[in-house]
Amino acid sequence: MTLSPALAERIRSGLPVALATVIEGPGIGNHLLIIPGEEPQGSLGDPELDRVVHRDGVAELEAGRSGIRTYGPQGQTTPEDLEETPTLRIFVESWSPPPQMWIFGAVDFTAALARIAKSLGYRVLVCDAREIFATGRRFPMADEVRVTWPGPVFEERGASLGVRDAVCILTHDPKFDVPAVQGALATSVGYIGVMGSRTTHERRLERLAEAGVHAPEDLARLMSPIGLDLGARTPEETAISICAEIIANRTGRGASRLRGGSGPIHP
Amino acid sequence: MKELLDDLDRWRQAGTRVALARVVDVEGSGPRGPGAAMAVSIDGEVVGSVSGGCVEGAVVTEALSLLHGERAPGMVTFGYSDDEAFAVGLTCGGTIRLFIEEFNW
Repeated sequence: MTLSPALAERIRSGLPVALATVIEGPGIGNHLLIIPGEEPQGSLGDPELDRVVHRDGVAELEAGRSGIRTYGPQGQTTPEDLEETPTLRIFVESWSPPPQMWIFGAVDFTAALARIAKSLGYRVLVCDAREIFATGRRFPMADEVRVTWPGPVFEERGASLGVRDAVCILTHDPKFDVPAVQGALATSVGYIGVMGSRTTHERRLERLAEAGVHAPEDLARLMSPIGLDLGARTPEETAISICAEIIANRTGRGASRLRGGSGPIHP
Repeated sequence: MKELLDDLDRWRQAGTRVALARVVDVEGSGPRGPGAAMAVSIDGEVVGSVSGGCVEGAVVTEALSLLHGERAPGMVTFGYSDDEAFAVGLTCGGTIRLFIEEFNW
């Protein structure tokens, strides 16, 4: 079976696709093409192995990850099941659409954040209810500018947000930031940052409580005040502090100086 | 891989045999992550890169051996360890593993 034309078509169209390849063990060089919601194409050598790798490949795609996984010849995965069998090492390579960043509030910081986010590969949406501020002319770097309240955007497309995506709420305006926080918390977005001083943050917590947002696990998801403590002043510096926090959250690192640490930089 | 698609199409249409090398694992510092890929045609034409220049020459050698039937598809590891000080290494000190196969699928 010829898999590469279908793979190339998905990659060129920016649609999610993964390719599983046996790189060690029986059936080395076999391939399976994984498209979410479709039957897998090709085969790794066993129907049950195909089923298990397809399931895992869809999950890898959602996380935007590529890497090696180990299976038995019939898709066994638990250490006990793998004891008595030869093992296959399978490289699952994912091509995912770019991660999304949704920025609420068309303020000074928005253009700088949109620019830095673009250079990191995000698809950027800027949203503000004020027509005179939310214009494509002010944010030519954004992929999309929406003049609306946060609610409709989350209702329409909140389900598309996942762990790799970010919501940054820069409005400082309770009318706008409370519904934006509520909307973001209802999704599985990986990062929610909310701008404002510590005082603003305290007041916002009160208003969120009034709106029914007070569960500790919800509040723990809010990165507020937003960003790392770089002493950033300008919009560009602030954008870097926000994006650096997003990276540190994703990697689970403490964001201290490399010079102060020891051991490998990429463990 | 995306940057290789046009060349892979061209070679496929011309019936040219091609080897594909993809980074599948990186240990320590590595310049390119899993998925970085290069392709080598049997005529010795090369596209893509897997390391930022450190090991590409050695990959071409492996790719041509594969296409000439002198080696099987499989893994190739590049990186320094104490007992292979003269092996092809990465200036950043990391180790990368590549899977090399014929692109005929």
